Amino acid sequence: MVPTNYYVILSAILFGLGVFAFIFKRNVITVFMSIELMLNAVNLAFVAFSQALGKLDGQVFVLFVIVVAAAEAAVGLGIIILIARNRQTLNVERVDLLKL
Amino acid sequence: MLESLWIVPLLPLLGSAVNGLLGAKWPNKYVTATAITSTGLSFLCAVEAVREFFHSGQALFHKEFFTWITAGSFRAGFDLQMDQLTVVMVLVVTGVGWLIHIYSIGYMAHEGGYYRFFSYLNLFMFFMLILVLAANYALLFVGWEGVGLSSYLLIGFWFLKKSASDAGKKAFIVNRIGDFGFMLGMFLLFRAFGTLDFAQIFAKADLWPKDAMGHLGTLTIACLLLFMGATGKSAQLPLYVWLPDAMEGPTPVSALIHAATMVTAGVYVVARSHILFSHSPTAMLVVAIVGCATAFFAATIGLVQTDIKKVLAYSTVSQLGYMFLACGVGAFTAGIFHLMTHAFFKALLFLAAGSVIHAMGGEQEMPKMGGLGKKIRWTYATMLIATLAIAGIPPFAGFFSKDAILFASLQSKAGGLVLYAVGLLAAVLTAFYMFRLIFLTFSGQPRYEEKKVHVHESPWSMRGPLVVLAILSTVGGWFALPTLYGGADHFANFLGPVFGAREAVQTGAEAAAHQLELILSGVAVVAALVGLAVAYWLYIRNPRKADDLATSMKPAYTTLLNKYYVDEFYAAAVVRPLVWLSTNVFWKAIDVAGIDGTVNGIAHGTSATGDGVRHSQSGNTRSYAVWVVAGAIVVLAMIFFWPSASKIAVGLVR
Repeated sequence: MVPTNYYVILSAILFGLGVFAFIFKRNVITVFMSIELMLNAVNLAFVAFSQALGKLDGQVFVLFVIVVAAAEAAVGLGIIILIARNRQTLNVERVDLLKL
Repeated sequence: MLESLWIVPLLPLLGSAVNGLLGAKWPNKYVTATAITSTGLSFLCAVEAVREFFHSGQALFHKEFFTWITAGSFRAGFDLQMDQLTVVMVLVVTGVGWLIHIYSIGYMAHEGGYYRFFSYLNLFMFFMLILVLAANYALLFVGWEGVGLSSYLLIGFWFLKKSASDAGKKAFIVNRIGDFGFMLGMFLLFRAFGTLDFAQIFAKADLWPKDAMGHLGTLTIACLLLFMGATGKSAQLPLYVWLPDAMEGPTPVSALIHAATMVTAGVYVVARSHILFSHSPTAMLVVAIVGCATAFFAATIGLVQTDIKKVLAYSTVSQLGYMFLACGVGAFTAGIFHLMTHAFFKALLFLAAGSVIHAMGGEQEMPKMGGLGKKIRWTYATMLIATLAIAGIPPFAGFFSKDAILFASLQSKAGGLVLYAVGLLAAVLTAFYMFRLIFLTFSGQPRYEEKKVHVHESPWSMRGPLVVLAILSTVGGWFALPTLYGGADHFANFLGPVFGAREAVQTGAEAAAHQLELILSGVAVVAALVGLAVAYWLYIRNPRKADDLATSMKPAYTTLLNKYYVDEFYAAAVVRPLVWLSTNVFWKAIDVAGIDGTVNGIAHGTSATGDGVRHSQSGNTRSYAVWVVAGAIVVLAMIFFWPSASKIAVGLVR
């Protein structure tokens, strides 16, 4: 049996990678993928704790997260397509209309 | 009519409202009709009420019409009362007031704001009647403030003239100083007796022991505070300064408000509160001394004034001093007696002076008059009667009342001789400055350009009131006539139910006292004649002598001419420091720097902070992500390294 902290450490590494990619990557698709990575890192932690504590709550959460992530992917990809159409670019630094 | 006494004050209020609201578009005759009818009816109602009062034979009529304020045990209502003192005041106010209204028709005929004048004048009548009819201090204070307001409006009637509007403000502010004391006095009385109702306060106070001389007990302090209000309203030292300036108002106003009625309100309040005052020898002595000092002080200033109305103004201050002197030595009857006769002859003097000014086309300076006696005979005759009355020459009204005051002050236990001597000296001065006025105005050669000034007698609407008042000034004192041959003083008997046994002096009660009174009367007459003779000698026999005298006694003369520099002293000691304080501290430091600075500072600070922080809103999604991560790291770090603080934070969030 693999100890729980291994899963947690892996989860933290994956999450860190996701954050890193989210901040430093410019391509919208990559940024989007890094969000998915973070979500799945959290899923992994949930499942690991669920196993370790012998309760099903964590796994229920994971199902929710997967559903939400799917919905988010649909909306997110739609937005990305619109951005690509209107701006002819996928660079997030060019998408800064929120600036004051 | 007695049961619906409220009609008496209400009628002038109605007249004031109608004239004030509608008068602007009316022709003058409608305004006149409204004003004269409302005050005339008010006078008739008052007479009828007085008749019913005597018919009913009760000592004090008191009726609560409606409740005005209730708070806890405190009640102040629209309660009116009538006793003999009120009778005198109401008849003087409505009667003399009505005459002056009639006079004003002629005097104000050619002035702008005719309706405004009568509206204010009626308003004044309303408040004055409230003042004298009120049955508690709170309602009295309503009238007290109201007459102050009307006085302010009427002094500043020609408000386009700076001096007039300034004089109005001065009157208002100086009166406010007195009112401050008056209100404190009321509060103290409420604290001591739990009510402001006259009957209840006096009944309770009567059971209190007398305050010892020099001991500042509750009653003494309350009396002194009430008297402070009286010094403001009745123009006594040290608050008399507004009255001479108040002459900026139209002359009928000077006659009605600043001679006959309003300025006597202070005397009325002291007389009304005589039970309180008689329990405090200290307060009585203060009243007597202030009155006596004012009588003398104002008379000396009156000696050298050249403006005909200013002389009369200082004379009024001086005569009010006599009334307070009488109250102070416990002779309230004599004080009220003098109040009444003074209302007659001083109103007459002002109205006659107004007639002179009218005849001269607006000239008020006596050095530019002279020789008017032959041209305006009616005015001359009536004014001469008033002068004889004020100078104290028998058988005119002023002789009896002034004589009673001097007699009472000599009998006073506390410093009677000094009070009598100063009072007598003031009487000499009174006779002198009044005859000086008569001689300068009516005798000698004309000193104006006869071709330019068309001297003319006034219309009958003005002459009528003069004649009526002249008759009153003559016979008004005859109530006391029997005292000369040992009889009773009818006026004192009349007021007996009010002042009764508290009267410190029993005039003409004993043979010895009668002997003394006769001698004193003789002395008073001689004093008046001395004043007359000196005036005659200086202004008729040797017209140059007066100027020579002025030159030879230059320092004294200029001091008097400048009214002892009191106005200058007040300006330096009170007005200028106050203006400096207001400008530099209250305005520039507290208001501009403090309050405005705080408000503007907060606005500027918010704006500057926003300006600095808005640069963090780059619009770049990833920079926001950095902030989120940084925040998350801070929270995690706190949970790891500083668990106690994070628990508190979590607790706060919950």
